[in-house]
Amino acid sequence: METLPPETRKAGFGWLLQMAWRDGRASLHRLVLFMGSIVLGIGALVAIQNFGLTLEETIAGQSKELMGADYLVDSDQPPTAGFLDTINQLPGTFRREVNFATMVSFPDRAGTRLVRVRGMEAGYPFYGALETTPAGAAETYIPEGAALLDATLMTQYRLKPGDSVKLGNLTLPIAGGIDLAPGNTAVTTSVAPVIWIPYEQIDKTGLIQVGSRVGYNFYFKVAPDADLQAIYDLWDPIMDRNNADVDLHTDTSQRLGRRFENVGRFLKLVAFIALLLGCLGIASSVHIYMKEKRQFIAILKCLGATRRQSFLIFLLQISGIGLLGGVLGTGMGLALQQIFPRFVRDFLPLELDWSIHWGPVLLGLLLGLVMAVLFGLLPLLNTWLISPLAVLRIGHLPSRLSKRLTALVLGIILLVIWGVSALLLEQPFRALAFVLGIAFTFALLAGIAWGFMRGIRRFFPHSWGFEARQSLLNLFRPNNQTLVLVLAIGIGTFLISTLYFSQDLLLARAQVEDGRPAANLILLDVQAGQQQAVAETTRAQGLPVMENIPIVTMRLEKIKDRTVNDIREDTTSTVSQWILSHEFRVTYRDSLIESEQLKAGQWVSAYNGEVPVPVSLSDNVARDAQVTVGDRLLFNVQGVLMETEVASIREVDWGRMQLNFSVVFPPGVLDNAPRFHVLTTRAPDAETSAALQQSLVRGFPNITVLDIRQLLEVVSDILDKIGWVIRFMAFFSILTGFIVLLGAVRTSKFQRIRESVLLRTLGAKGGQILKIAALEYLFLGAIGSVMGVLLSLGATELLARNIFETPFIPSWVPFGVVIPVICLLVLGIGLLNSRSVLRSTPLEVLRREGV
Amino acid sequence: MPNILNVHELRKTYSSGGAELTVLDDITFSVPAGTTFALVGPSGSGKTTLLGLCAGLDTPNAGSVELCGADLGSLSEDERALLRNRQVGFIFQNFQLLPTLTALENVSVPLELQGDPRAVESARELLAKVGLADRGHHYPSQLSGGEQQRVALARAFANRPQVLFADEPTGNLDEETGSRVVSLLFDLNKEAGTTLIIVTHDTDLARRCDRLLRLKGGRVFERQELNV
Repeated sequence: METLPPETRKAGFGWLLQMAWRDGRASLHRLVLFMGSIVLGIGALVAIQNFGLTLEETIAGQSKELMGADYLVDSDQPPTAGFLDTINQLPGTFRREVNFATMVSFPDRAGTRLVRVRGMEAGYPFYGALETTPAGAAETYIPEGAALLDATLMTQYRLKPGDSVKLGNLTLPIAGGIDLAPGNTAVTTSVAPVIWIPYEQIDKTGLIQVGSRVGYNFYFKVAPDADLQAIYDLWDPIMDRNNADVDLHTDTSQRLGRRFENVGRFLKLVAFIALLLGCLGIASSVHIYMKEKRQFIAILKCLGATRRQSFLIFLLQISGIGLLGGVLGTGMGLALQQIFPRFVRDFLPLELDWSIHWGPVLLGLLLGLVMAVLFGLLPLLNTWLISPLAVLRIGHLPSRLSKRLTALVLGIILLVIWGVSALLLEQPFRALAFVLGIAFTFALLAGIAWGFMRGIRRFFPHSWGFEARQSLLNLFRPNNQTLVLVLAIGIGTFLISTLYFSQDLLLARAQVEDGRPAANLILLDVQAGQQQAVAETTRAQGLPVMENIPIVTMRLEKIKDRTVNDIREDTTSTVSQWILSHEFRVTYRDSLIESEQLKAGQWVSAYNGEVPVPVSLSDNVARDAQVTVGDRLLFNVQGVLMETEVASIREVDWGRMQLNFSVVFPPGVLDNAPRFHVLTTRAPDAETSAALQQSLVRGFPNITVLDIRQLLEVVSDILDKIGWVIRFMAFFSILTGFIVLLGAVRTSKFQRIRESVLLRTLGAKGGQILKIAALEYLFLGAIGSVMGVLLSLGATELLARNIFETPFIPSWVPFGVVIPVICLLVLGIGLLNSRSVLRSTPLEVLRREGV
Repeated sequence: MPNILNVHELRKTYSSGGAELTVLDDITFSVPAGTTFALVGPSGSGKTTLLGLCAGLDTPNAGSVELCGADLGSLSEDERALLRNRQVGFIFQNFQLLPTLTALENVSVPLELQGDPRAVESARELLAKVGLADRGHHYPSQLSGGEQQRVALARAFANRPQVLFADEPTGNLDEETGSRVVSLLFDLNKEAGTTLIIVTHDTDLARRCDRLLRLKGGRVFERQELNV
C-alpha cells in the first residue's frame, strides 16, 4: 500500500455526503420521524398559500364576470330626473337594476319565502354567463315577462318552468332556474335566494313603499381601452354628492379577495403553528440524536476528521432530511389544496381553476430546509466541542456552547419565525406579537419543567416505593429528557387546547342566547296604516305581538354646523364617509332596552317641545361622526330638516339577535313623520310560523318576514362549514404533535436503555422496569399536558378579552379529554418502546441498539 | 534511532468539585521509532490519560509532547487531527468502531479522510489480512468481540501510521481471542515497521514490548528495557 503525500489530498464534499448517507441509513427510521414532524406543517402551509394565490388569481381574472360589467353606480335612493341626466353623461352603455328583499309565494305550491328580487334590464350581464335551466330561459325571460328563480329555490319548492311566482301584486310565470349568475354564492342565496324579473315589471309588484330598502344599480360597459380609474376619479365625487357610489369591477374583486384574506391569514397561522410544533420536534429529536452521535464524532475526530468535517456530515444529514421533508410536505400541500375548494365552494361566487404557484412551492422547500437546520443548529454546533478524548473516556462530556452563541442562534430562530409569520400575515407587528407569544410560552414551559425538576430534587419523596422513586429519579438524572419532553408535550397540548377553546369562542360569539322567550319572527316594512291589521292577523293565529317598533328614515345634513358636502370635500376630515351618505333607520321610545347601556349624557324619555331635539346615538356612530354629548346634528327627515343635539351616547351590543338602533329619538317628535313599523312575534313551531307567513303574504304582500329560526339554521350551517375548515387545520397540529411526541419518546428511550439494561442485569424484574418506565412517562405526560392546558386557558382568556370581546367559559373537554388522552398517549408510546428492552437479554439489547 | 515520541515534564490536572486533582505529574520519557513500548500501572495511575496526551487527544497543563517531530502544544485541534490521520493509528479496549458503518467502511474511513481513491480496495485487502474478507458488509453489532477488534486492527493500520497507540487492546476479549489479536497486532506492526505504544494491565503482553514504563499515582515509578 502506498503512503499518500499528506498535504496533497483530502476528503472532499463527496465524502461528507457519503458519510452523511452511511450514518443516516442506519438511523433511517428515526430520521424519517424527524421528517414526519415537519411534513404536515409544510403541507398545510403550502396548501393554504397556493390556494390563496389560486383564489386571488381567479378573482382578479374573473372580476368583470363577478360584477357582470366594467363598473357600476349604486344608490339606495330612487333616481331623480337630475340623477338620471348625470348617469346618461357617464361613459359607456348601461343597464339598470332595482333590487330589494321581499316575501314571495308560489300559487302552485304551499309556502312563502324571503327572497331578493332583482329587476333587470335586457342585456345584463355584459360579462360572464347567466346560466339557466332550461338553457334558453336567460334570453326569453324578459321578452316573455317571466321570472328566473334561483335553482335551489326551484328544488326546494319542487317548481318547474311554467309554474308561477307571486311577488306583491304581480304573478309571473317561471321561465327557469338560475344555475350560475354574476356574484351569486351558495351562502348568500341560502339566506335570501334570488329571483330575476324584467325591470319593467318592478312597479307592478307594488312592493316599493315607504321604508323599503331598495338598491338601484346601473351597470356600465365601456370600450376595452377605457381608463376605468380616470372614470372613477372623475365621477365618484360627483356621485357621492348624489348619495351614490361608483364601483369598479376591480374594487369588487378586491373586496372579495380581502374577505378571504382574513380567513386565509388565520388558516396560515394555524398551519404555521403546526410547522412550529414540528420544528420543536426536530429540535428535540436532533438534540437527543446528536447526543447519541457524540461517540461517533469522537471516533471520527480521533481518526483525523476535523471539527468542520464532523459538523458538516451531520449538517448535511439534517439538511437532507429537512429538504426531503420540504419536498414531501410541498407535494402533500399541492395535493391537499385541491380539497380546499370543497370547503369554500359555498362561499365563492366563482369556479376555481387548480394551478401550481412557484412561490408556495419554493416556500415549502425552503421552509423544510431552513427550519430543520435552524432548529437543529444548537445540537449541531455542539459537535464542534466534542473532544476526541471521549474515545478513551466513555461519558466524557463536551464543553458547553458559549451563552453568546446560544443566544445568537435563538435570536436567529426568533427572527426567522418572525420573518415567516410576517410573510404569511403580511402584518409585521401582529407577527411580532405572535412570535413574542410563542417565545413566552416556550420560556414559561421550560421554566416550569426546570422548577419541577428542582422541586423533586428538593422535596424528594424518600418514602415512596422503589419503582416510583426510580421513575422520579429518571426525571432529573444526567441526560434526562424532562425539559424537551415537557416542552414538546406542553406546547402540543397548549396549541391543541387553544385551538379548541378559540373555536369555542368563535362559535359562542355567533350563537344567540337560548332558553328565554325571544321573538323569532320579525315583520319588516309594515306601513303605518297596516300595523293594526297586521297585529290582528298575528293575534288571530294565536301569536302575541311582542314589539311594535316605529321606524323613520333620515339622512344627516349637517354635523356640528358643517354640511355633509363640505365634510365630504374636505380631504383632511376624519369623519367616516359612510356616515355622510347613510340612510339612518331611526326609532323613538322612552327607555333603554336590554342590549343598551348609557355611556355618556342623559337619557331623555319625553319630548317637551324644545329645539334642538335631544337624541341618543350609539357609541360607534358618535365615534365615526366625531361628535359627543352636546354636539348638534341636522337631520333631513324626508325633506323636513330637524335640528337635534346629542343628549346621550349608548353602548349597543349589536351581537344580540334583536332590533338595535344607532339613533333613537324621544317619543313625540317623529309620531307624524312618514314611517313604517317592525312587529315581532314568537311562533312556537315551524308550522305556525309558515301559516302566519302565508296569511301575511296574502294580505300584506309588501311585508317582509324574517324567520329567525330559519336564519339561525342557515347561520349554524355556515358556522359548521367554517368550523370544519378550522378543525381540518387543527388536525394538522394534532397529528404533528403526535409525531413529535412519538419522536421525542422514541429517541428518549436510548437515554433510558442503559439504565434499564443495568437494572435487569442487577436482577430487576421485567414488571418492575415496565412500572418505572410507565410512571416516568405518566409523570411527563401529566406535567406537560396540565401545563399546556393551563397556559391555553390564559391565552384564550386574553383572546376573549382583546379580540373576541366575549366572556370565556372554558369547556371541560381539554381537561376531561385532552389531558387524559395525552397522558395515555405518552404512556402508550413510552411502554411500546420499552418492550424491546424487556423482550431481549441485556447483551442483545446493547448490541441491537448499538449502545 | 530517532525518537518518534518525546514527552517532557508532562503535567495534567483536572478540577473536581472546586479542588484541583493532579492526574499526571513530571512525566518524562521518549520512545524510539520502530520500537514497541508498554505503559503499565494500576488502575487510576494515569496510563490512559497519558496515552490521550501523547496521541494529541487531549492537552496537558504543563510540559510538552513531541510526536512524529511535531510539538503537539503548538498545533491547533484540527492540525492535531490531521497529524493523527497521517501518522497515527489507534486500537481501543472497547474497539470504538463506528456502529452505523460496515466493517469495510470502518476500515476505509482513515484512507477516505486522506482522499485516497483506492480507499475501499485497500480496506478490503486489510480486512483479508486480518481474516475478515467475508465480513466486510457486516455492521459491528453483527460481529463478535474478537472480530470487532480485528476490524479495529485493520483500521489502525489502514493509513500506514508511524505510531500506533493501543489502549488495553485485549481488555474486552477472552484469553484465547486476546492472544490471537495480540499476535496479529505484533505481526502487522513488524510488517509495517510501526512504533507500537500499548497501555495494558497484561504483564505477558507488556513483556513482549521492547521498553516498559510503569506509572503509580500519576508519576513514573519504573522504567525497564526488556527486549532491546
